[in-house]
Amino acid sequence: MLDDTESYVTADGRTIGGVVLDLKSITLRFGGVEAIKNISFDIREGEIRAIIGPNGAGKSSMLNVISGFYVPQEGEVWFRGERRPQMKPYEVAQQGIARTFQNIALFEGMSVLDNVMTGRLNKMKTGLWSQALWKGKAEREENENREAVEKIIDFLEIQSIRKTPVGRLPYGLKKRVELARALAAEPTILLLDEPMAGMNVEEKEDMCRFILDVNDEFGTTIALIEHDMGVVMDLSDRVVVMDYGRKIGDGTPDEVRNNQDVIDAYLGVSHD
Amino acid sequence: MGADFYYTIEVILNGLMAGVLYALVALGFVLIFKASGIFNYAQGVMALFAALTLVGIMEGQVPFSHLINAVFGTQIHDFGWHVPALLAIILTMVVMVGFAWLVQKYIFRHLVGQEPIILFMATIGLAYFLEGVGDLMWGSDIKTLDVGLPQGASLWIEENTAFLGGDDFYGFFIDQLDVVAAMVAAILVAVLVIFSQYTKQGRAMRAVADDHQAALSVGISLNFIWVLVWSLAGFVALVAGIMWGAKSGVQFSLSLIALKALPVLMLGGFTSIPGAIVGGLIIGVGEKLFEYSVGPMIGGATENWFAYVLALLFLVFRPQGLFGEKIIERV
Repeated sequence: MLDDTESYVTADGRTIGGVVLDLKSITLRFGGVEAIKNISFDIREGEIRAIIGPNGAGKSSMLNVISGFYVPQEGEVWFRGERRPQMKPYEVAQQGIARTFQNIALFEGMSVLDNVMTGRLNKMKTGLWSQALWKGKAEREENENREAVEKIIDFLEIQSIRKTPVGRLPYGLKKRVELARALAAEPTILLLDEPMAGMNVEEKEDMCRFILDVNDEFGTTIALIEHDMGVVMDLSDRVVVMDYGRKIGDGTPDEVRNNQDVIDAYLGVSHD
Repeated sequence: MGADFYYTIEVILNGLMAGVLYALVALGFVLIFKASGIFNYAQGVMALFAALTLVGIMEGQVPFSHLINAVFGTQIHDFGWHVPALLAIILTMVVMVGFAWLVQKYIFRHLVGQEPIILFMATIGLAYFLEGVGDLMWGSDIKTLDVGLPQGASLWIEENTAFLGGDDFYGFFIDQLDVVAAMVAAILVAVLVIFSQYTKQGRAMRAVADDHQAALSVGISLNFIWVLVWSLAGFVALVAGIMWGAKSGVQFSLSLIALKALPVLMLGGFTSIPGAIVGGLIIGVGEKLFEYSVGPMIGGATENWFAYVLALLFLVFRPQGLFGEKIIERV
């Protein structure tokens, strides 16, 4: 077993650091229903961590706990070695945890560029007054942010739709814009809730490539929920498997694939 | 060209000026509605309250003096000083920001996620409460508001346009205050547009107006934005209060101008700042022209209802208003 602060190098040469987010005995209830039952797992710096499981297993709830949209009744969230007090979603975002949503939450009336720029709001330090008076400092800051955003737009290959209102884009591109907005915040951890749901094969391949590139290029730690098993096994360094709110498996894709509980619960019993 | 032609133009000009004032009130509605989905019935009362507070501060009135005198048997009415107009406007703005903060903290923060009709009812309650507070704080007598804006017909315009229409025409009769109001409104709109398009807070405001969940996920505090929006609406109310107050005195019927903004909003759309402006101008010109041309034939007083009929026609043929977002139902 690795220590919490130890790092290691993967087969493809990426360095995975120590634990950056540690979830300890999280329990989440909605009335009498336990959506998450006493789950613990950690996310290491620089890794791609997948959360998988059948429908209703509590995967999205888990992501919502991490991003502050749900408050668990029991358990602790440790971020960068410190116990996180109860936080509002916007405070979590300000701390450096960005996310995307299963059902896409974009600003439909704004252009792609404006949408991605909102991801930089927390990078802007200038106060209300200098902003209002449009002093040189504010202008310089706007330009710097604009540059960073353009880089991300290039990276995700959405230059051609920069000025298009998001409401007019097809589903697959919206997902990509949402990823761009999350990336613009230069997050410590990027949470992706089913980034490939509802996409065709080509779009899935593109999204896979982008996720890997983001992780490789920027060293961003990524936690993602995904249904497509093939995708998960290819993408991720480690996988958490959930079923009925419980954790039934945790490890590398190979370990998880050979875990009997996981096979029974999720992959189904082999027939040959 | 005969004098009639120029009188018609004068009617249109006066209509435009009146429209600017309608637009100012409508603007306050749009700001809050866009960002929080609340139709703020109290916008008119906010304009009244701002004007009352401004007069009170300028004349050094003691707030709640009636109440204090009644309880303690004292005879205090004012501090005996006069505050210069500009300083008084700034102080009034501070009061309006405080009001925005209180409204958010004690009312709307607890109503997040409620049905729009509940929020609307809350603003009705707020309107009457604020009217009562205004009465209690500053008294219910009609006050004159003089912040040094020019008043009366502009002789300059009258003299320099008199040559246009021959012997029967004596030049355009236009109130200087209306001209000032139009300029102030133009500046205000320009500032609001620049603020919402090019500043961090403006971008956050647009983001909140578009999608609450997404706004939270990029680190925007909804509470802060809502206080900001109510403050902006308070500022717009103050400007509207100054203009209307200077024109017709600060009295409690001022709160009824909110009702004039309704047809403007139906025309311009509830979510569009340019819509509020254009809607205000159309209503202003429309009702003045209608009164001038058709009014005499049917006994006049058409200004009371013309705007609503126009708005109803719009509701039938273009329910989203001139500039409102198109309503598309996906099946």
